[in-house]
Amino acid sequence: MIREFTSPDVVYLMLAARWTIGLALVATVGGGLLGLLIALARILPIPPLNWLAIGYINLIQGTPLLGQLFVFFFGLPLLGFSVGAWTAVALSLSLYASAFFGEIWRGALQSVPKRQWEAGAALGMTYRHRFTHVVLPQAVRIAVAPTVGFLVQLVKNTSLTALIGFVELTRASQIITAATFAPLQVYLTAAAIYFVICFTLSQLSRVLERRLHGTG
Amino acid sequence: MALVRLESIVKRFGALEVLKSINLIVKKGEIVAIIGRSGSGKSTLLRCVNALEPVQGGLIEVDGIEVTAASADHNALRARVGMVFQSFNLFPHLNVERNIMLALKLVRKTPKPEAQDIAVRMLEKVGLADKRLAYPDELSGGQQQRVAIARSLAMEPTLMLFDEITSALDPELVGDVLRVLEGLARDGMTMMLVTHEMNFARNVANRVVFMHEGRIHEDGPARETLTEPKTDELKSFLSAVLH
Ligand SMILES: Nc1ncnc2c1ncn2[C@@H]1O[C@H](COP(=O)(O)OP(=O)(O)OP(=O)(O)O)[C@@H](O)[C@H]1O
Ligand SMILES: [Mg+2]
Repeated sequence: MIREFTSPDVVYLMLAARWTIGLALVATVGGGLLGLLIALARILPIPPLNWLAIGYINLIQGTPLLGQLFVFFFGLPLLGFSVGAWTAVALSLSLYASAFFGEIWRGALQSVPKRQWEAGAALGMTYRHRFTHVVLPQAVRIAVAPTVGFLVQLVKNTSLTALIGFVELTRASQIITAATFAPLQVYLTAAAIYFVICFTLSQLSRVLERRLHGTG
Repeated sequence: MALVRLESIVKRFGALEVLKSINLIVKKGEIVAIIGRSGSGKSTLLRCVNALEPVQGGLIEVDGIEVTAASADHNALRARVGMVFQSFNLFPHLNVERNIMLALKLVRKTPKPEAQDIAVRMLEKVGLADKRLAYPDELSGGQQQRVAIARSLAMEPTLMLFDEITSALDPELVGDVLRVLEGLARDGMTMMLVTHEMNFARNVANRVVFMHEGRIHEDGPARETLTEPKTDELKSFLSAVLH
């Protein structure tokens, strides 16, 4: 039975977009926490830790996210761990995001000139204070734009979870397309929703950057 | 009274010996200009005094603190020894006032209102009271350098180290910075300054130390040493910088 693409369908897509946002949020929080550890593991002067972190980053960045999703969704059960779609998706998106956040933040921290550390030291500040009051605020400012840039990628990448049956925005669009046979309208609507989410993020980034310049 | 005492200081970077048994005593109130060719070890010498560089041999004592002792508290030392760099190194995310207040609050635990008063006073001293709320990137090089000096002075140092602080400035801005140093000299501040400004060294410093290949090659009263150099190395250095 083919029906029209009507406003309830738009509402349905918007509700599905909650999952898109939710998935991105989970990946941001989980990936953010883990990413901090990765950045530290890359920076601390402990060679085995550095190698481990580099290996991890290469593994995650060098393999497709879809493959990682499949490993968690189909692979873990084979090893005897029963995981739901949520757990598999939350885990794999978080690990994926952590590798990118880790690298972005390490880069930001290391791009603060060594002289800034020295200026703090020359004033008698402790190592901890030099980090928290001199280097970190500058690194945060540097990191805002690439971090948000990656978040935008992340939002779009959540669509891959459709392939393991997650009904987020892309999967919802497929379902409605099958029912209405109006792919153009459906996918244009979905694209518009993705655009609004991502555009909001990049505006936020702009505001944040300006704010950080003003008050530090 | 000796404020700074360096005895047989040896500093190496890997296999490269940059300071070769340096002996130097700086008395309270003395203004010592350190001159010499590029790579002769002037910056390294200054950086050893406030322990930004560890030394491989010898003894350093500053204001009664044995810097080279294993137990030395380097942060406490640096809170009493000001240092100003060629590249200003202001904190770009903080405005001028907060640049000055940061170490006061964190290191000296000065309450905020008092730290603010100190910032204002120091800015008046360097002639920049009207720039209190400006950010470093809104200032000229000369203004940034004067803020950097104010930031150091706010900690009430007993010794100031200056490393070519006018070298990165446009010529017309050098004068303002040198005038601040002259003011400090009148106040009796003890200073060690690496400089290429020979006129300034002659007129404001009491003493000139000429470094050559990691050693102190000549050391004497400023005017005399610069007008009547004893060694060929200093003669050729002076004729190179003065012409
Ligand atoms: N961090 C470092 N690592 C390795 N070598 C260094 C380092 N810092 C300085 N050197 C070397 O030590 C020597 C002395 O350097 P220093 O910066 O003290 O010279 P300088 O007299 O201040 O010269 P300039 O007038 O160019 O500033 C140089 O050969 C320099 O290459
Ligand atoms: Mg130098």
